[in-house]
Amino acid sequence: MTGHIHSIETFGTVDGPGIRLVVFFKGCPMRCLYCHNPDTWNMSGGHDMTAEEILDEYEKGRSFYKNGGITATGGEPLMQMEFLTELFRKAKDKGIHTCLDTSGIVFSRDKKEEFDILSEVCDLVMLDIKHIDDDEHKKLTAHSNKAVLEYLDYLAGKNIPVWIRHVAVHGITLNDMYLERLGRYIAQYRNIQALDVLPYHSMAKNKYSELKIVYPLADTPDASKEDAIHARNVIINAMKEERSR
Amino acid sequence: MQNVQREEWTGFKEGKWNKSVDVRDFIQNNYTPYDGNGDFLAPATDATKKLWDMVMDLSKKEREAGGVLDMDTKLVSTITSHGAGYLDKELETIVGFQTDKPFKRSLQPFGGIRMAQNACRENGYEVDSEVVDLFTKYRKTHNQGVFDVYTPEMRMARKSAIITGLPDAYGRGRIIGDYRRVALYGIDLLIEDKKKQLETSLVRMTSKNIRLREELAEQLRALDELKELGNIYGCDISKPAKNAKEAVQWLYFGYLAAVKEQNGAAMSLGRTSTFLDIYFERDLKNGVITEEEAQEIIDHFIMKLRLVKFARTPEYNELFSGDPTWVTESIGGIGIDGRHMITKNSFRYLHTLENLGTAPEPNMTVLWSTRLPREFKLYCAEMSIKTSSIQYENDDLMRVTHGDDYAIACCVSSMRVGKEMQFFGARANLAKCLLYAINGGIDERLGVQVGPKYRAVEGDYLDFDDVMQKYDDMMEWLAGLYVNTLNVIHYMHDKYCYERVQMALHDREVKRYFATGIAGLSVVADSLSAIKYAKVKCIRDENGVVVDYEVEGDFPKYGNNDDRVDQIAADIVETFMNKIRKHHTYRDSIPTMSILTITSNVVYGKKTGNTPDGRKAGVPLAPGANPMHGRDSNGAVASLSSVAKLPFKDAQDGISNTFSIIPGALGKEDQVFMGDLAVELDKGCCE
Repeated sequence: MTGHIHSIETFGTVDGPGIRLVVFFKGCPMRCLYCHNPDTWNMSGGHDMTAEEILDEYEKGRSFYKNGGITATGGEPLMQMEFLTELFRKAKDKGIHTCLDTSGIVFSRDKKEEFDILSEVCDLVMLDIKHIDDDEHKKLTAHSNKAVLEYLDYLAGKNIPVWIRHVAVHGITLNDMYLERLGRYIAQYRNIQALDVLPYHSMAKNKYSELKIVYPLADTPDASKEDAIHARNVIINAMKEERSR
Repeated sequence: MQNVQREEWTGFKEGKWNKSVDVRDFIQNNYTPYDGNGDFLAPATDATKKLWDMVMDLSKKEREAGGVLDMDTKLVSTITSHGAGYLDKELETIVGFQTDKPFKRSLQPFGGIRMAQNACRENGYEVDSEVVDLFTKYRKTHNQGVFDVYTPEMRMARKSAIITGLPDAYGRGRIIGDYRRVALYGIDLLIEDKKKQLETSLVRMTSKNIRLREELAEQLRALDELKELGNIYGCDISKPAKNAKEAVQWLYFGYLAAVKEQNGAAMSLGRTSTFLDIYFERDLKNGVITEEEAQEIIDHFIMKLRLVKFARTPEYNELFSGDPTWVTESIGGIGIDGRHMITKNSFRYLHTLENLGTAPEPNMTVLWSTRLPREFKLYCAEMSIKTSSIQYENDDLMRVTHGDDYAIACCVSSMRVGKEMQFFGARANLAKCLLYAINGGIDERLGVQVGPKYRAVEGDYLDFDDVMQKYDDMMEWLAGLYVNTLNVIHYMHDKYCYERVQMALHDREVKRYFATGIAGLSVVADSLSAIKYAKVKCIRDENGVVVDYEVEGDFPKYGNNDDRVDQIAADIVETFMNKIRKHHTYRDSIPTMSILTITSNVVYGKKTGNTPDGRKAGVPLAPGANPMHGRDSNGAVASLSSVAKLPFKDAQDGISNTFSIIPGALGKEDQVFMGDLAVELDKGCCE
C-alpha cells in the first residue's frame, strides 16, 4: 500500500515533542479561511510512498530523532486512514513515537473500529480545534465542529494524550467570549497535556497566488505573539475556573 | 621538578602536577563539576560598563577612521617592546595591551616586511625607512625565505589559486601555547623545567638536534622576556598565581606575549575556563571574592581578548571577511573518567556575551557531548538564540583522539594543549583541480598551463569514468605540489619567525600535525554527480579550453542525505587524504586534513571558473563541508546527515558546517511543547 504524500520535512521542531520527521499528507476536506497549506487540499501532485520508504527516511536521520519521532500532518492524514494506520503500526514496531496532527473532522462513531485500531499505534494527537462555536466553525471551515469535539471525547475515552491547537485570528477567534467557551469546554478532558495557541500569519499569501486561489483573509491583519499569549491565558484561566467549580 | 610545594597552592589537591609540568593532572584533581543553571551569574559592574563604553567609543572612532585608529611604524613588536598601556588603569582588573595603548596596532615584520609595509600603507601609514632597511638588508624574513625556495610551479599554483591562503607572507598561527602554565607554575619553575629539557637533550650534533637545542635556548629567552612583560605592568609572574585574579592575569600575560610576538592567522587561547574555575572556587570558598568580582574579572579578561588587533592588508581582510583573530576558547567537554567538565566559570565565559554584548571574538567554542549536563545545554541554547555567537564542536568525536585536555585552534583544528601543535596549511581548491583534469592542466581563468599537460577530455559530453580517471591523476599531482609547498613554508617559518613564547609553553617532545585543507568539496561532489547521473555538455572557447557546461537533466545533489552523491563526497575526501599521506612532511609531522573554509570560500569562488554542476564562474564555493547554497531541499536533518557521512579519520583536522536557522524554526520557546499543561494549571496564576 502507498500513501499520497505532499512532502517530508526532516527537521520538524514545531509539530510535536523533540526533533521529528514530519510527513505532509495530501488531501483535506476542510477549506479553512486561514489555511497555510492550500497546496495539500487536493489529491493531485505529490508522490506515492510506501510506509517503508517513509521509515527509511526516518532511519537515515534516526540519531537526530532520539527525543522526537514521526508526525503525520497535512492536509488531513485521517483522509488516508488505512495508510496512516499502517505507517504508525510499522513505526511503533520500530519503537518510534507517533504523533497525529489532525482537525478530527473525518471522525465518526460509525468508523469506531478503524479508529480503535489506529489508536493502538498513536502515541499523541495534536487536535486542531478551529472554533468552539459551531456556526463560526462552519463559516471558517465549511464544516460543523461536531465531529471534532466527538473525536476529542473519543480520545479521552481511550486516554490518548492530546495537545490542543488553536489559531488566534483577529475577527474570528480572537474574542474573549469564544476563548473562554473553548477553555471551559476542554477543561473536562484530563488527557489534554498541552495547549498551543498560534498567532495567525499571512505568509501563505504567495502560495495562494501561485495556486491562483483568491486569498480569503486579505484584509485580516496578522495576529501578534502577544495576541496569542493573551488568547492562551484566557483559555487557561477558563479551564482553571471550570475545573475548580 | 622535585615534588614541589608552594604556598600559592594551599588548598589544592596534590598530584603528578607537583612533580612535573602537568596542567591536565592539576585540573582533574581539583575541578568542581557544576550541574546547576545560570541563575548565580552576576550582571556587569559599573567599572565593566564604564570600560566597555570606552571600548565602544574607540571602536566607533576606529570605524570612522576607516578601520584603523593608530599604528606603530617604527617600533618593532616584541614581548617587551612597549611600555604599559591602559584603558583606565583604576578600573581595569586585568591589564595589558599589545602596544602602549588600546586600538594601536603593532608592527610585526618577521613574517614579511612587504606585508607589514602594505598593511601600513593601505591604512595611510608608512613604515619607518630604517626598519624597512633592517628587514630587507640585514634581517631576513619568513616571506623572503619562502620565495627564495619556491619553484616556478609553486608560484604558478599560488597565482592561479589552485592552492590558496598559503601562510607564506604572514604568521602561520594555529599554535596554542599552554598559557595556563604561567598561572599554575609561575615563570621561574617553567624556566627551571625548560633548562632541564635543554640539559637532557641529545648532544650528538645532527642538524635535528642542533635545531632543537637552539629552539630551547630561544624558548628560555622568551620566558625571561615574559617575566619582564609582567614587570612592565607591575606584576611579579616569576611565582605561581596566588588567587583567581592573578591566575587570570598571569594566563593573559602568556597569551599577550604570544600576540605581541606573532601576527598569526589564528591566535587561539586554549581551554582555560575550567582551569581558572579552580582558582575562583577556592577564592569563593575562602570568602576573598564575591560572584560579582569573579564575573568582573572574567568580563575584563574577555574584553582584553576582544581588543586583540593586528595590522593586516585589505586582501587579507577580504579573504577572511573582516579582521578576525580567531581567539578560540574551548569550553566544556567530558573527561575521560566520565565526569563532565562544565564549571561555573564555563557559564561566566558565555555570560560575557550578555554583560558585554555579542561579539565574534573570542570565538567561544563549546565542546559538545550528549552527556553534558542538561542545565548547561539549555543555557547554551538560550545564549545561542540570543547572541548567535557560540560555536559547537563534537567532543564525543574528538575526545577519542585527543583526550580531555585538547583545545580548538582557529575554527576546528583540535590538539592537546602544550603537547601537540600544527603546521597550518591553507587549502587545495579541489573544484579547480577538477577543471584542470578536464582541461589537461590549463587554468580556466588564466588560459595558461599550470598543472601537468595531461590529456584533456575530448568530445562534447563528459564521461564519468574518463573524468574520474583524469581527476585522480590531477589530484595526485596537486597533493604532491601542495605538501611540498607547505614544507617550504614551515621550514622557513621555523627559521625566521619561530613562535618562541608559544613553544616555550609546550613540552619538549611535541607531536606535530601537518594540517592540510580542501575547498570546494560540495561543488566537486555535485559536479561528479551531474556527470554521472545527468548529461553534461562541454562548451569550449576558441582555444579548445572547456570554459562552460550545460547540464541536461537532474542529478542527486549533496546535502539531501542521498548516498549516490554523498558517497562521491566521502570518496573524494578519502582519496585526496591518501594522496597527501604519500608525501614526506616537514619535521615528521602527521598529515591531517580539514574541510573548513568559513569565509574564504567567497574569495576562492571568485577565482574558480564555471563548474560542471552548473555553478557559474565567480560564485562562492560553499563554506567548509556545507552543501551548495539552496541545493539542500530536504530540510536540516538531511543536510546535516550528508555532512556527517564524511570520514573524520580522513579529515581529522576538522569538518565545519555553517548552519543558520531562525530561532522560531528550532521549536517553541515556552513550555507548550513540554506537554506539562497540568503543572501550569496547578500554578496559582498565569501571567
